[in-house]
Amino acid sequence: MNFIEQFGKYILLIISVFSKPEKRKVYFKEISREMVSVGIGSLGIVCIISVFFGMVSAVQTAAQLLNSFIPKTVIGSITRDTSILEFCPTVTCLVLAGRVGSSISSEIGTMRITEQIDALEIMGINSRGYLILPKIVACVTMFPLLICISMVLAIGGGLLAGVLSHLLTQQEYIQGITNGFIPRYVFIGLGKAFVYGFIISSVCAFQGFYTRGGSLEVGQASTRGLVYSCIAILFFDYVIAQLFL
Amino acid sequence: MIEVKDVFKSFGQKEVLKNISASFSPGTTNLIIGASGSGKTTLLKCMVGLYEVTSGEVLYDQRDFTRLDFKERVPIRKEIGMLFQGAALFDSMTVEDNIIFPLNMFTELSHAEKHDRASFVLERVNLAGTNKLYPAELSGGMKKRVGIARAIAMKPKYLFCDEPNSGLDPKTSIVIDRLIHELTNELNITTIVVTHDMNSVMEIGENIVFIHEGEKWWEGNNKDILDSENKELDEFIFASKFMTALKRKK
Repeated sequence: MNFIEQFGKYILLIISVFSKPEKRKVYFKEISREMVSVGIGSLGIVCIISVFFGMVSAVQTAAQLLNSFIPKTVIGSITRDTSILEFCPTVTCLVLAGRVGSSISSEIGTMRITEQIDALEIMGINSRGYLILPKIVACVTMFPLLICISMVLAIGGGLLAGVLSHLLTQQEYIQGITNGFIPRYVFIGLGKAFVYGFIISSVCAFQGFYTRGGSLEVGQASTRGLVYSCIAILFFDYVIAQLFL
Repeated sequence: MIEVKDVFKSFGQKEVLKNISASFSPGTTNLIIGASGSGKTTLLKCMVGLYEVTSGEVLYDQRDFTRLDFKERVPIRKEIGMLFQGAALFDSMTVEDNIIFPLNMFTELSHAEKHDRASFVLERVNLAGTNKLYPAELSGGMKKRVGIARAIAMKPKYLFCDEPNSGLDPKTSIVIDRLIHELTNELNITTIVVTHDMNSVMEIGENIVFIHEGEKWWEGNNKDILDSENKELDEFIFASKFMTALKRKK
């Protein structure tokens, strides 16, 4: 019963978020600010984890699959497909849920308990739209871009690990990543990033917006936002895989 | 003028406000006083629409605020300024950005005009030159004054102050009280201050409404409050030895 009530509240919040803005110029400014925060702010962590994804993927594939019957180019193919379809969109977004999502819920939650949201309401501003819409727009636009970068770096990381560990040559790796490449997988990966961006921003904003109490509750809201986002990401990962693969 | 008529407010089974009626005139500093948990902040939040009343009416110059939806309330809300207990300044913005925020949202003023308006109101609250500071760099009293500056930036007709003296030393409290009182007279606005600070009551209480356990028990001004025959009000006022001594002296 509580889940249905919360879900209904979440849907109502999302509907009110997409109502007409009071002043588009102010919203555009906020969206730009959030895009910089989400995009540039997350670039470092995305780059680091992506390179390591690729490296680990290449080394583990080599360890588990390579024998005299399987060509070495398989390392490139498997690193490419696991990176594009799973590692980059899903695992990177799980990490981003920790970085971006918890920041969203704690920022909005703190604004709630310090009456900043009440101040917006009294001014006659749709606080839901003003606070949440720019975050959702920033996440659904910047996550696919970050995942694009992540895909390139993960594949590059695989090449680096493969060549440095003498598992295969550069030519074999490049042959592996170009053989049997299905461009649709890239779009599925980017589609996942779009969906996860929406889930992380909206679920965490919902948790922050309805925070009651003090700093302890802000922390709890942040944790809840992160946990629910991760569960929703994994659920939609399965749904998308089932529908499009 | 703001009128509250037969207002009831319940949270679940708990009735917090019971049949409150009062009117607040322009150019007057109106105080809502009462002990902690008496319902005065709830009444204030009902008046500004942060809580919906269970029944009753809140009229802003004969316009019934309680029957309007969010969009219909916007024109009235533009006429409302509010100072929150913790000032509720936006942490990510400078003092000037905090003040011009409502101007950005609802006016077509040029950047220079908005800057001038921010500087003017900051000067009015004796904080000239603090435009580029962030709320974290301000003291409690300065935050309150920036809160007042933001509240009056849109030239409001109604000003609400929720415990403006909480967390401030007596000297700064008096500065804030006097500032609210001066602005009320200067701009001829209807000001409602929720407080339990007796210094404020004696300093600026031109019209005082005393709330006890969600009900209105007394109404008057700072001249006759010490002589009231109301038992609950007396218990509230004379809880401190200072006020008892003041009455004896009188």
